[in-house]
Parts: sequence; structure tokens; C-alpha cells
Amino acid sequence: MAGSLNITAATIDPALLDLPWGVPLELWPDDSIAALPKGISRHLVRFVHLSGYVVAIKETSAELAKREYDMLRTLQRLDIPCVDPVATITNRTDADGNPLESVLVTRHLKFSLPYRALYSQTLRPDTATRLVDAAAVLLVRLHIIGFFWGDVSLSNTLFRRDAGAFAAYLVDAETGQLYSGGLSNGQRENDLEIARVNIAGELLDLQAGGRLQDDVDPVEISNGIVAQYRTLWKELTGSEEFDQSERWRINQRVERLNDLGFDIEELAIKTDTTGTQVRIQPKVVDAGHHQRRLLRLTGLDAQENQARRLLNDLDSYIATYGDGSVDEEMAAHQWVAQAFEPVIRAIPRELQGRLEPAEIFHQLLDHRWYISQNQKRDVPLAEAVQSYVDNVLRHRRDEATLIDPPTGAFTLETEVVGDDDEDDWRKNV
Amino acid sequence: MASVTFDKATRLYPGSTRPAVDALDLDVADGEFLVLVGPSGCGKSTSLRMLAGLEEINDGRVLIGDRDVTDVPPKDRDIAMVFQNYALYPHMTVAENMGFALKIAGVSKDERATRVLEAARLLDLEPYLGRKPKALSGGQRQRVAMGRAIVRQPQVFLMDEPLSNLDAKLRVQTRTQIASLQRRLGVTTVYVTHDQTEALTMGDRIAVLKDGVLQQVGTPRDLYAAPVNVFVAGFIGSPAMNLFDVDVVDGGLKFGTAVAKVDRETLGATKAKKVTIGVRPEDVKVATSGAGLPVNVDVVEELGADGYLYGHSEIDGKRVDIVVRVDGRNHPSAGDKVFITPEPDHIHAFDTETGLRLTKKAIEAK
Ligand SMILES: Nc1ncnc2c1ncn2[C@@H]1O[C@H](COP(=O)(O)OP(=O)(O)OP(=O)(O)O)[C@@H](O)[C@H]1O
Ligand SMILES: Nc1ncnc2c1ncn2[C@@H]1O[C@H](COP(=O)(O)OP(=O)(O)OP(=O)(O)O)[C@@H](O)[C@H]1O
Ligand SMILES: [Mg+2]
Ligand SMILES: [Mg+2]
Repeated sequence: MAGSLNITAATIDPALLDLPWGVPLELWPDDSIAALPKGISRHLVRFVHLSGYVVAIKETSAELAKREYDMLRTLQRLDIPCVDPVATITNRTDADGNPLESVLVTRHLKFSLPYRALYSQTLRPDTATRLVDAAAVLLVRLHIIGFFWGDVSLSNTLFRRDAGAFAAYLVDAETGQLYSGGLSNGQRENDLEIARVNIAGELLDLQAGGRLQDDVDPVEISNGIVAQYRTLWKELTGSEEFDQSERWRINQRVERLNDLGFDIEELAIKTDTTGTQVRIQPKVVDAGHHQRRLLRLTGLDAQENQARRLLNDLDSYIATYGDGSVDEEMAAHQWVAQAFEPVIRAIPRELQGRLEPAEIFHQLLDHRWYISQNQKRDVPLAEAVQSYVDNVLRHRRDEATLIDPPTGAFTLETEVVGDDDEDDWRKNV
Repeated sequence: MASVTFDKATRLYPGSTRPAVDALDLDVADGEFLVLVGPSGCGKSTSLRMLAGLEEINDGRVLIGDRDVTDVPPKDRDIAMVFQNYALYPHMTVAENMGFALKIAGVSKDERATRVLEAARLLDLEPYLGRKPKALSGGQRQRVAMGRAIVRQPQVFLMDEPLSNLDAKLRVQTRTQIASLQRRLGVTTVYVTHDQTEALTMGDRIAVLKDGVLQQVGTPRDLYAAPVNVFVAGFIGSPAMNLFDVDVVDGGLKFGTAVAKVDRETLGATKAKKVTIGVRPEDVKVATSGAGLPVNVDVVEELGADGYLYGHSEIDGKRVDIVVRVDGRNHPSAGDKVFITPEPDHIHAFDTETGLRLTKKAIEAK
């Protein structure tokens, strides 16, 4: 039936064509399926190994698949962290010529984790808060470009480790809509309400499954996304007014935004008719302040907080070794060659898939600080690397594409969730 | 329970030159199921958010019951917005899945149990309250999702395309379930869709919007039988009404080599030499010879007892596409040339300039 398939893709990996498109996804042979964790979803989503990478395949209607594919491409063009659309495949039929559902193929996001896989036993309050914080940043970024999500949830977000915090990626754009003129407050509030209810529901579900630490309050955490969002939104878009004599406040605003990881591309500055009052308001802001600086200086691609961490180390490196005469680029080059790369090279090959390089470097810095404190001396980098590999990294699970997680992933339709039914439903309603 | 009133309600988005919703006047009766329908971008979601209190109202008012809620925050309006998300939580029982929104809203446990039980009885889910969703059939899961909304017991339900991401089969099923459930509950409901079939099958009344302006509001039958303008005529009904411009002649309208008889009242309503004629696919007679509008048959779609003939004609040098309902077995074939005439008394006429309906009487479906 392959002849009648209809494929839309920017570039096509021939291996994709060899997949058993004439068979419903549910019945694909297990050996082609990668057992990776995933969030809750209505459509059937399965992961499949291709040459050297993994793709996520979602069965849905032709219309929705195409719409989501286009939307993801648009979001990528707008620099929004989201999964990479690979193809849509429509016109599928089985051996008897019966129609099968269309699919959307996206690339599995390397090192990404669905929220259910981010902890091994139960979800701790600080982890829950960090997840929600990361989701708030993503939502703000989406709203800034005028994207109404319509289905904000932890299941529709993927998380990557980011130097002790998380970076959130959008995974499900099915219900989204882009408004070129930006969103109204009502549209933003609508998304926030959806986020609040969905996140509370998802955490309550973890609680029901005994996967939430006792002191985590799902409702409180889900309210947290709203608070976090509002703070960030105000900082990024709010106007402030001050006296002409306080013009340093312009720089201060820029620095505050930089600290939050944003650059101001365009700032509106207005003075009143008397010329004594100044009013400023960021017009165009761009996430990735530290990411861009790190990339420019070192060519390294990292998450925002990882970049911040690496830049801190770079800055102290320059302060320690620089004689004040070398320029920043030169010093950065040296730092990569003498600090960053030796560390990454020192990681045994079989452990390299455990974490992203930038995350390894971040954790190593933490580890060095920790053992230095303990031993009351400055542990040299080489020694710290060895200790980190033996005492930390070796004991982690592989996260490049996390396989067979102890958490167990499921899609409602196909997989069974343990536990027996409740005798008395009133107990937990 | 309560009625809903939009009173010249207007929303102009910052930076826009034209209102997204323009002086909307609409009354929804207590307990009524009203469907807002129209093409993408016509202002459906905006209207719904205005009612929910999420969208600023620049002019006019919105009332729930007798209460002016124009400046009342969303949480004090006693409305429930039903999201698109129908995902159920696997570790929670059916009861928890239905009641969790109440938990978020801080409703007491006893009250939650009471409301969940009530909703479960209504939905025939009582025996399953202690079960996990995995043990339910697809239809039961849909009902649990509906239970989530019901337990909130609001004065008004707002639904924005709640079925848009279901597959065709489940959508038809759920559509019927929602409509019959709403009737049993008697809660005033405003339902948004871009799908006119959905609107016709679900609504007590339907409000058609275009470019932020209300075109017509009425029962499905009203809209079908007497569309107030060309837009509604072409939007409501599937396949769409045939609409094209024709010359006014003595006693009626020029229809190819025939004359389509139109009453004097209709013709008297305009002095124009041309009007727009509207004929539904089911109101067309097909002949292989004789007088009428010559049509070249492009394709015939067979749907069992019935079929649809898709073809084209030419009027004043302009190509006009034509759709005709035909017998499912005994019909012309692609490539044939046929002659069509409208059923007498089943002709809608519209002013070509303004698009407004000229025909006075309603034309019921056959
Ligand atoms: N490219 C990807 N990389 C990693 N995980 C993915 C990818 N695509 C999908 N997933 C996983 O599969 C799950 C389901 O995907 P998705 O949310 O697109 O399905 P859905 O049926 O549209 O969901 P919903 O019920 O929210 O509409 C996600 O929660 C995510 O964990
Ligand atoms: N934030 C905004 N700023 C400016 N214009 C907007 C904004 N949001 C919506 N619009 C415009 O207002 C009009 C009405 O939008 P609305 O979303 O209410 O339409 P809709 O009928 O619900 O469309 P759809 O069926 O596509 O959801 C459209 O032209 C839309 O582009
Ligand atoms: Mg999803
Ligand atoms: Mg989805």
C-alpha cells in the first residue's frame, strides 16, 4: 500500500518509508518500538527507532496532523523550544484497503523527560515547583509571540535538565493558534486557567498513585504557575515611569531582564511634555540571553541556566588567569580548550549518554564545590572529574533517550495502570 | 439557572481597526442550547470569552439573568467553561476524575461526594465510581469527562469546540450525548462551533456570525427555510445551496432556457435587473433534455439511496458550479450534459447588491 501513502516532510529519511504504515500503530511489532516514558494523551503515541535517532509517532486525523505539523514548524521558526516536526503521513490503508489513521511524526527530543519520569520514587515539592516554574517561562514565551495554547499541561510539555532547574519544551500544539497582533489579556487568562486546572489534575493523579510526597499540595503548586507567570510577564512587558534624574533605571531594567534570561531587542522610551518624567516599556524581548552569549563566545549550545552557569565559570576563569590584556573571545577560547573540553573528554564513553555535556559540566562544578567544602581545600578539576564520574555519574540512569524507566509510562488506551479499584469511592473523591 | 443577554456588546482588540465582535445583540433563554456558528475568525471565541468575563468589553453590556456582569470577574459569574481536554487521569477513580475540579475550587468533601453521585446517576456511571478509567469503555470515558463539567452545577455552560479533536465517529456520538444531556439538565448553554452540521443537530437556536456581526439567529428550521442573506444561505446546509446571479424576466427569473417562476411579492421587492437566486441541491429537477440550465456533469457521488451530482454551467460567460441531489442508483454519469430546473416554490431570491433576502415566505425542506 506504500504507493498510495501521502507524505509531507521537509527532508525525508528513507528509513521512515520502511516502517509498517499498512498496520495500525497499536499492532506494530515490539522490536520496532522504543519503550520511552510519555505523558497522558488521548491519541496513541509510540516511539520508534530509526537510524541513530528516535521518532514519536502520533495517530490522529489528517487534518489535525497537518495543522500541528505546520504549527510546530512555525513555532520553530519563531525560536520557541518545541519538538521537531518530521513528517505527516496520510492516506494510510491496511492490506485489505481499509483506511488507517493519519500520523504526525516528530523527532524524539533528546535528553527530554516527561514530568512522570523526572523523579525515581515520589515527586518532591522543590522538583514540582521547578517544573511549574519552567512551564511558566514557556507559557510567557509563547504568549509573547502571540500563541494561544489552549491545552497547557505538564503532559504537553517536555522537560530538559537545566543546571538544577528545568527548561520546558512544547510537545502538543494541536489546539494552538497564533495571533500576529499578540494576545489579549483575556486569551492569556484563558490559557492560565487551563494550565491551573490541568496541572492540578495531573498532580492529583500522581497523588492518587502514591507518587507525590506528602507535603506537596497539588492545588498550591498549580496556583504557583499563575503567580510565576504574572511576575515574569510584568517584568518582561510592564511599563515603568521615573524622574529624568533616575535614568540609570533604564540600565537596571535591562540588567534585570538579562538576569531572567531575556534580551531587550526594542525598548520604548518616552518623555512627557515637561521633559521631567520618563516612561519605558520593553517592546520586543528575546529569550536566551545567556545562551546567546555562551554560543557567541564558545560555540557551545546549552540551555539557559546551564549557559549562565558555564559563563560564571568562564568569568571566574578570566578573572583568575587573564592578565587583563587578552580579549574576552580569546579567553573564552582558552577556557573551552583548558577547562570545558578536558572535562567532557574525561567522561568514559559508556557514560556520555547519561546527561548533556553542559549539564555534566554544571554538575561537576557543583560536585567540586561540595567536595572542596568537605575536604576544606581547593580540589583541582582533574581530581574532581574522577570523583564525579565514580560517585555520581556512574549511578545515574541514561537520559539521552531514557529507556525502561522505573516510573512506567502509559497511554490510557493501551497500557494498564496497576492498582485495584477503590471499594469506597467516597474515600478519595 | 439563568438567561444570557448580549446587549450591543463590542470587543475591539488593541491595535485592530475593526471590532472582533461588533455590537452583538443576542438573548439566550433560560435552559436554552444556543450554538454560535460561523467561519474561522468570525468572533465566536471572543464572544464566549466576553461572556466568561475573560475578555474586556469595550462597549455595551453582558447580562446573566437580570444581573449586569459586564464588570464582574470570571469567578463570580457562576459559569463553567468546558475545555477541549478529555484526557482522564489513570490513577484516579471515576469519582475523583469527576470531582477534581471541585477540589481545586475548594468545595467540601461531603458536597463533592453529593454532586459526584448526582452526576454519576444522570450519566449511568454510578456502578463505576470506584473504578479506574482503564476499566471503562470509550463511551463511558466520554461520559466521565462530561461529568466533570456537570458537577460544577453552574448557571451557564460555555463550550468552545469541545469536539474538535475527536475522530469523526466519536464526534457524532458525543454530539448527541451532549445535546440530550443538556436537555435533561436544563442548564443554559452557549456552544461554539465552525461546523454548521454540528450546529443544526445540536442547537435549540443557532446564531450565525460573520466578521464579528450577527447575521441571523433562529431555530435550525428558520435558518434553513428562510436565510436572511446570501451568507447564511450559503453557510447553512450541506452540500451548500446553489447561488448565482440571474436576469429578472417577465414572471420570474431566467434559468438557462427556462423561466423560474417567482411570486410577484418577491420580484416587487427590487427594481434591479439581476438578482441572486438560491436553490438547494435537493430542490433541483434533472432532465436529459428540454428547457432549463444546461449542466456538464463532472462527478456523481453515490451515498446509497441518494447521491450528489457535481457539475458546472456557464451563465453570462462565467463558470458556475452546481450541486444536485440525485437518485443513488438511477442518475446521469460524469461527462453527460443535463438540464436542471428548480422545484417551483423552492426558490430563494436575494438582492445582488446587498445580499439581503427578497423572498418573503419560508421554504421548508422537502
Ligand atoms: N517528539 C517527542 N519527544 C518526546 N516525547 C514525545 C514526543 N511527542 C510526543 N511525546 C510524548 O507523547 C505524549 C503524547 O503526545 P501528545 O501530547 O502530542 O498527544 P495528544 O494525544 O495530542 O495529547 P492530548 O491528549 O493532550 O491532546 C506527550 O505527553 C509526550 O510525553
Ligand atoms: N489578541 C488579538 N488581537 C487582535 N485580533 C485578534 C486577537 N484575537 C483574535 N483576533 C481576531 O479577532 C477575530 C475574531 O477572533 P475569534 O478567535 O473570536 O474568532 P473565532 O470565530 O473563534 O475563530 P476560530 O473558529 O478560528 O477559532 C479574528 O479576526 C481574529 O484574528
Ligand atoms: Mg498531549
Ligand atoms: Mg493534543
